[in-house]
Order: sequence, then C-alpha cells, then structure tokens
Amino acid sequence: MNPTDLIDQQSLRDDIPEFAPGDTLKVHVKVVEGNKERVQVFQGAVIRRQGGGVQETFTVRKVSYGVGVERTFPVHSPIIEKIERVSRGDVRRAKLYYLRDRVGKSARIKELRD
Amino acid sequence: MANKALVGEKLGMTQIWTDDNVVVPVTVLRVSPVRVVQIRTAERDGYAALQVTYGHKDARKLNRPKAGHFEAAGVEPGLGLVELRLEDVSEFQVGQELAADVFEAGQLVDVTAVSKGKGFAGVMKRHNFKGQPASHGAHRVHRKPGAVGQCATPARVFKGVRMAGRMGAAQVTTLNLEVVRADAEQQVVLVRGAVPGPRGGLVLVRDAIKGGQRVAGGAA
Repeated sequence: MNPTDLIDQQSLRDDIPEFAPGDTLKVHVKVVEGNKERVQVFQGAVIRRQGGGVQETFTVRKVSYGVGVERTFPVHSPIIEKIERVSRGDVRRAKLYYLRDRVGKSARIKELRD
Repeated sequence: MANKALVGEKLGMTQIWTDDNVVVPVTVLRVSPVRVVQIRTAERDGYAALQVTYGHKDARKLNRPKAGHFEAAGVEPGLGLVELRLEDVSEFQVGQELAADVFEAGQLVDVTAVSKGKGFAGVMKRHNFKGQPASHGAHRVHRKPGAVGQCATPARVFKGVRMAGRMGAAQVTTLNLEVVRADAEQQVVLVRGAVPGPRGGLVLVRDAIKGGQRVAGGAA
C-alpha cells in the first residue's frame, strides 16, 4: 500500500466497466457550456490504456469526417458520466498505434466473440 | 514572519480533482498533531518561537536530559523537537496540541525541507552549465566546465567560480504553495505542487512569508 492511497481512494470510481485496448467504447462526457452542462458521446476504439491507480488513462480513437481524432481520458475522471462497451476487439498488442497509419478496410478491428 | 506553522512528513505526490473537475497535482503531507513543549519569548530568549514535538516515543528510551525536558513540560515524549519561529506566541500554552486544521484550503504556505542528496555532481547537473559539443572535434570533454579563469594575470582562480561538488541535501524552502485541503481528522495537508525532499522526510509548513498575492490566472 502506498502512503498516498488514502487520498486516492476518494477519487477512484467503482462504476467503470472492464475494457481493454481494441474494444469499442461509447464514452459519455460531461461538457460545460456557459453555465449549462450536457453530455456528449465520444465513440471509438481504445488504442491505449496506461498507468495505474488514479493516474490511469485511456485513449479513444475515432475517424470523424475523414480526420482521425484521439481523446485521452483519465479512467477515474469525474467528467465521464458513464462508459458503455459497444464491442470487444480481438487484438494482439496493447498499444494499437498502427491504426493511425491505416484507413478504410485495414483500419478495422476484428470483433472478439466467445 | 509566519503566524502559523506545523511540522509533518512528506508522504508523496498524487493528483486529485477539484469541484470543477480540474486535476490538481498535490503533495500529501502527514501532519499529526504537534504538542507545544516550550515557548520561547522575545524577552527571555531574544526571539519568539514554539518548541514542539511530533509523533510518539517510548519514554523508557529517552535519555535523562530529554526525559526531564518532557517531564517539566508535562508533555508526552515525541520523536524530536522542532522550533517554529512565529510572530506572536502569546496565545499558545505549553501542552497545547496543534493539528492540520490551523491551515485552511486556498491559503498559501511555504514548505521547508532538506532536499534529496545528489552526491558529487558535475557542473552541468549542479549549475546548469551547457557542457561542450558532442562532436566537431570535442574529445572526452562533453560534460566538462571548460575554462575557469584567465592566464598569468591573475594566475589564480577567483573565489566563487562554480565547479563540480556536493549537491543537494541542503535546506530548501519552496514559497507560496497553495493548500488544497487540510484535514485534521485524516491528519493530512495537501499542497499544490512539489515539495523538497524525499518521501518520509520531515517538512516544515508555515504560512507564506511573502504575503502571497495569488497570481491572476495562475494557480486556479
């Protein structure tokens, strides 16, 4: 146990589902505009999950109007309203950076079915 | 001079989220209640300070002078004695306990500790010299300081020329750190940013000596 765990405990969320690189997620993000708050959905493939404890982050990549967009979230960030797992991916590595160089058919991730 | 001060232990760094969902990097300081053992006053000692102790120590393991000192004050023996120089000590009594809640969130503090020792460090690490080229004929001089003076006049190296030597393990004070949270129940003070010294090191926290006007747009 780290001495700072006591502090981290308050920030950790227990409502985050299990997910791994290759999975497709819908991340519901709270967006504050002026004094109004609404929820925006960011859907894409997880290409990276790194770090541990409160500092753990993951990166979601999607292609929007032909432009690749990647967004990195802290796993325990309070701006995440909820995370939905759309599908599981069958991938062989932990960091899917190779997707950045691919477009179209070759940029697909095989779905994992059991 | 400071009005409030405490001693604590650096536990390490982590991050927390504020109410507006902004990540703040914080150093966690454990501040268990300190007990006032003696009060130094300007009339008697020439300066005002509180002598405090922290932690707990088995009374059987004290030497006689220490045991007598704690007994005279009627205070439970602690791990060490630290003097907290304060502006005004008239409102404190011997035996009084001070906890983390003397500080409040949002206030600025100065933190003093002994920095991590770096050993015998070269001039690039110790004084931020640039070093010398990696190539263009540079031969085994990449991290050396270069010239340290002139020639036959003055035929010596001036005092104070920066050279390699022992680095770190010196008292360092970081000014104007924001208190993010001060919790007497959990015995912790969270301070925004880094604090000198290793984890487990003794740190002295006091309210910011330089007034500490919050920089506009800075520490949000």
